[in-house]
Formats: sequence, structure tokens, C-alpha cells
Amino acid sequence: MSDLPIEQAIAREERKEQRIYLMLFMPAVMLVVLFLGVPLLILAIQSFQEGGHLTLEHYARIFDEPIYWRTYYDTLEISVAVTVLCILLGFPLAYAAAIAPRGWSTLILALVMLPFWTSVLVRTYAWLVVLQRRGIVNSLLMSAGIIDAPLSLSHNTFAVLIGMVHVMLPFMVFPLYAAISKIPQDLLQAGSSLGGSPWYVFRRVLLPLSLPGMFAGSVLVFILSLGFYLTPELLGGGKTILVSSLVQRNIELYLQFGAASAVAMILLLIVFVIFWLVDRILPVEKIVGMR
Amino acid sequence: MKPAFSRVMGLSLVLAAALFSPAVAQETVTYATDGGNILDVMKKTLIGPAEQKLGIRVVPDPNADRYPVLKAQVLSGKPTWDVVDFSAGYCARGQQEGLLEPLDYSEIPNAASVPEQFKDEYSVGLSAYATVLAYNTDTYGDNGPKTWADFWDVEKFPGRRALRNYARPTLEIALLADGVAPEDLYPLDVDRAYKKLEEIKPHINVWWTSGAETTQLLFDGEVDMLPLWDGRADTAIQEGAAAKFTRNQAIMEYTCLAVLKGTQHKDAAMKFINALLDPKGQAGWATDYLTGPLNTAFAQHVEPKRLARLTTAPENLKVQVPLNAAWWASEAGANAEKRWLEFMQK
Repeated sequence: MSDLPIEQAIAREERKEQRIYLMLFMPAVMLVVLFLGVPLLILAIQSFQEGGHLTLEHYARIFDEPIYWRTYYDTLEISVAVTVLCILLGFPLAYAAAIAPRGWSTLILALVMLPFWTSVLVRTYAWLVVLQRRGIVNSLLMSAGIIDAPLSLSHNTFAVLIGMVHVMLPFMVFPLYAAISKIPQDLLQAGSSLGGSPWYVFRRVLLPLSLPGMFAGSVLVFILSLGFYLTPELLGGGKTILVSSLVQRNIELYLQFGAASAVAMILLLIVFVIFWLVDRILPVEKIVGMR
Repeated sequence: MKPAFSRVMGLSLVLAAALFSPAVAQETVTYATDGGNILDVMKKTLIGPAEQKLGIRVVPDPNADRYPVLKAQVLSGKPTWDVVDFSAGYCARGQQEGLLEPLDYSEIPNAASVPEQFKDEYSVGLSAYATVLAYNTDTYGDNGPKTWADFWDVEKFPGRRALRNYARPTLEIALLADGVAPEDLYPLDVDRAYKKLEEIKPHINVWWTSGAETTQLLFDGEVDMLPLWDGRADTAIQEGAAAKFTRNQAIMEYTCLAVLKGTQHKDAAMKFINALLDPKGQAGWATDYLTGPLNTAFAQHVEPKRLARLTTAPENLKVQVPLNAAWWASEAGANAEKRWLEFMQK
């Protein structure tokens, strides 16, 4: 009985502390609600409206016409491809940055980071300069006599993949670098000194320990890829159509914001479902390193 | 104390007047239009002189998708744009949807010499442009494709091709390629047009969406032939692209000027439209940019040699095919446009 007041005091202090945290949190929460939550809500309401009354016609159209599902499917497929390519390219980069001496590692990270500060539009046009029929790659190959006719490198899915991977790579390299640099080098040395081949050590030690970083990077790259607009429009030659282009096209064709909102809402829903599934496999707190 | 105080007050009033009076006197008109080379030339020949003459400030706002933005602005009740130009079908649509302000023709005397077919209560024609067939002279020399049927003939004219990623006027082009006579085009046989397009689809390397893209495709030699706007083609050739274009079977459209409903600067907007239709200004515009002003009075201010190259030159009107904007604004036209998405996705 005698320690009750103390317990109460502790509980009171805890509540007070929580209130302070909550207050510190509020400006950020308000900002998100005001500039993300409210517009999304408007978008959601809009997707059920036409000419001032409620309707399901925009959703009905999406469910009726196979081209919409085709586009969602294509978008998912391209996003998966970009994610896989980012892992394949990003892992060696992140590993090199993690084990290299300090100067080298800074250089590698800077090279990954540098394009990050350039506008996506500029980078996309740069790829056009590199890849098109009379671009740098084709001119070089032609003058070296390796090919007789220019290769079709731009204005197709191949170019879209290159452009998107280039933009997305930093989002994969940095989480991977964070994860790999935390792995004690002793573990790898122990693995080899106990007779493990490099491949075995990679498979049993390095890969499992870097998995959280890879997972975090993959989620980032995948989700961001779903919303790409500029790169597929410019590098795809109009043949690679992703959901964001479909949103634009819906505004242009139907001149109804509801039609475009519905397309966007379904993409959002797909993202939420994916997030929910991911969260069941690996909690988000773990991905962002809070736990 | 008192005199000093009133002197300070007086001084600050003078200062305030000096600071704010220009803003009050100078009205601003925001003009939504195309960007790029055409806007640069317009600034010099039409917009700049209008500002000087009317004592207003004109803010051009280049935007490629003007109709949806206009709709959103008017529906919000407080449009930020005042004057807009776009292809004629949108003026008809804007009128149908009640998004435009009726024009006050007493303020637009220059419209008198714009032919009747290019003006109505809500809009007035600004200029005509044509979708011409351009080809690379490095690839074909002087024996390039001359008709849309040639564009479809991949045996006789092998090479890379681009088409517009849009139904209008690609369906017209397909039908002309299939042998439909220009006078029998409308109403468009949409099924036949899409069938013809399926034929060429595997041979199309780029489906372009913006005018800037076409200049670049022609300039870099990324494709060997493509339909594009005459002004864009001319710009690319002036800048050194190894290309030529033909006006034979070119699809002619025109742009219209309109005022957004609920504009805060109605009076200035009307006067600005009048200034955009100034015959001398339009002549200067057509001298620096390949376009076809619709105020017919412009012709007397243009050199005959230059006139012959313009979209609205009499000789060119004979070989070009006018697009029927009213058909595209109809339900059949809207449906044909929606079908494009399905065609591209297949």
C-alpha cells in the first residue's frame, strides 16, 4: 500500500512525457495531414463524383476495360524488373563502398549520389543523347566497325529500364551500404578461414546479414517506380505505358478529374496492399531501422 | 512637432503612392499558350507591342494540356488565366461546357477581317497550322515520301517512322493513306482508320506526344519520316536538320482565342485579343515563324515569297485537308479518341 503513491507518480510522469512527445510530434503530423491527407481525401471523393453527384462509373470503366488491368500489370512488372536490376547493380557498389578504404568509399558514394542531385528530366534527356540512333553508343560501335546498322537502343522498354534504374539506384545503394557496413568483417574472415568458398561465405554470411538493407531498398525502389512518369514517357517512345501516363491520358480524354482520380486511387490501393503484405513479412519499423 | 509629423506622413504617402500606383494602373493579363520558339516570336511581334500600346502587362503561361487546366480554374471560380489559345475543337467544347466568357466584339475591331467560319460568339481564330509529312534528306535524298500512302509503304521507303500518340489527326492520316478522298473523310470511318493503323503499328519506332519531341526527332535523325506541325518542322530545318517536308495531304487545323469565364480582367482581355489579331503584328509573326495568321488582312504586310510558304497561302490551301473540329467535338469523335488508348495498349 505504501508504494502506491510512488507508482502513481511514476505513471503520471510517464503520461506527462508522452504528452510532450505527442506535442512535439504535432507540427509534423499536421503538415502531413494538411498537405497529404486532405488532398488524398479530396482525390478519393472526386473519384466517386461526376457532375456534382455520386457515381461508380469511373471505377466501373476501370473494371470493364482490360487495358486498365494490362497497364497496372505492366507497371508492376516494370517496377519489379527495376528493383531486381537495382539489387544486382547496387549490391556490388554498396559492398565495395562498405569495405573500401575511407577515401575510396567516399568516392563511390559520391558517384552514386551525384546524379541524385541532377533533375530527372535532364538525366532522361541525357540517356536519349547516349542511346538514340545517332547517339554516342551507336556512333562509337559503328565507327569501331562492330555493327553495320545502328541498334535500337532508345524509345523502347530497354531504354525505360536503363533510365529508371539510373534514377532509382541511390535508393537501393544507401540502405544496402548501411546494412553491409554494420556487418563485422571478422565474420567473413571466420567464414573463409573455416574453409568456406567465397560463394559459400557470400551465401551463408554476407547475404543473410545484408537482407534487411536489401529489403528496405527494394521497398523504396519498387514503390517509387510505380509512380514514374517522365522517364517512360520520353524514353519509351509511347510504347511503354505506365499507370501515371494513364492518369494523364484520362484527364486528357475524358476531361473529368474523377476518371483520373479513380485510376490513381486504385494504384494507391495496390501500394497499400503491397505495404501490408511486406509488413507481415518484415515489420516496417525494422526496415527503417527503428528496431 | 506637428509640422514634422505631417511632413513624415506626407512623405510616406507620396512614397506609398509611388510604390503602389504602377501596380494599380498596370493591369495584368495572363495568357495561356504554347511554349518554345512560337512563343518567343509572339513575344516580339504581338505580345510586346500589345503591352506598349495598351499599357498592360501580359504574362504568358506556356502549358501543353490547357483544356483540363482551364476547366479546373473556371470551376474553382477564380481563374488565374485570362486569355487562352488552343486547337479549335476545345473552343467548341468550352462553349458547350459553359467555361468561356462571350467575346465583346466592339472591343475587337480586328476580328472584322477574320473569315466567318473561324469565329463565333465565344471564340475567334488566331492562326492555322498543318500536320505535314517530313522526311530525312540523308536517307531519301530528294525522292522522299510525298503522300500518306508512301508513309505506309515500308517496302518502297524503308526506315524508321514516328506517329503522333493521339487520335487527332492520326485517324485522318490513316484514312488518306487507305485511299479515302479528302472530301469524303467526314464523318470518319473510325473502324477502317484503326484497321489501317494496325498495319503500320509494328513499323512505328516512336509515338510522339509533344511538339518539342518532334523537333528533336527530326533534328537528331532519330526517325526517317514523321507527321508533325509545319512550324515545328520549319524550326528544325532552320536549325540545320537534314530534312524536308511536303504540304501535300497535310491536315490543317486552326487555333482559337477565348476568354475564361469569371476572369478578373475582362476588359483588358478583350483588348489584348484585339492586339493579337493586329494584321501588322500577325504579318511580323508569320515572317519569323511558319504559321498561318487568320486575320486575312495580314497578307498585304508580308513579302510574297514568304506568303507562299505559310499555312494559309492560297496555293497551300489547295493541297491541304482541313480538319473538322466539330466532328471531333461530337460523341463519335470523343469515342474515336477514347479508343486510341485501347489501340496503343494492344
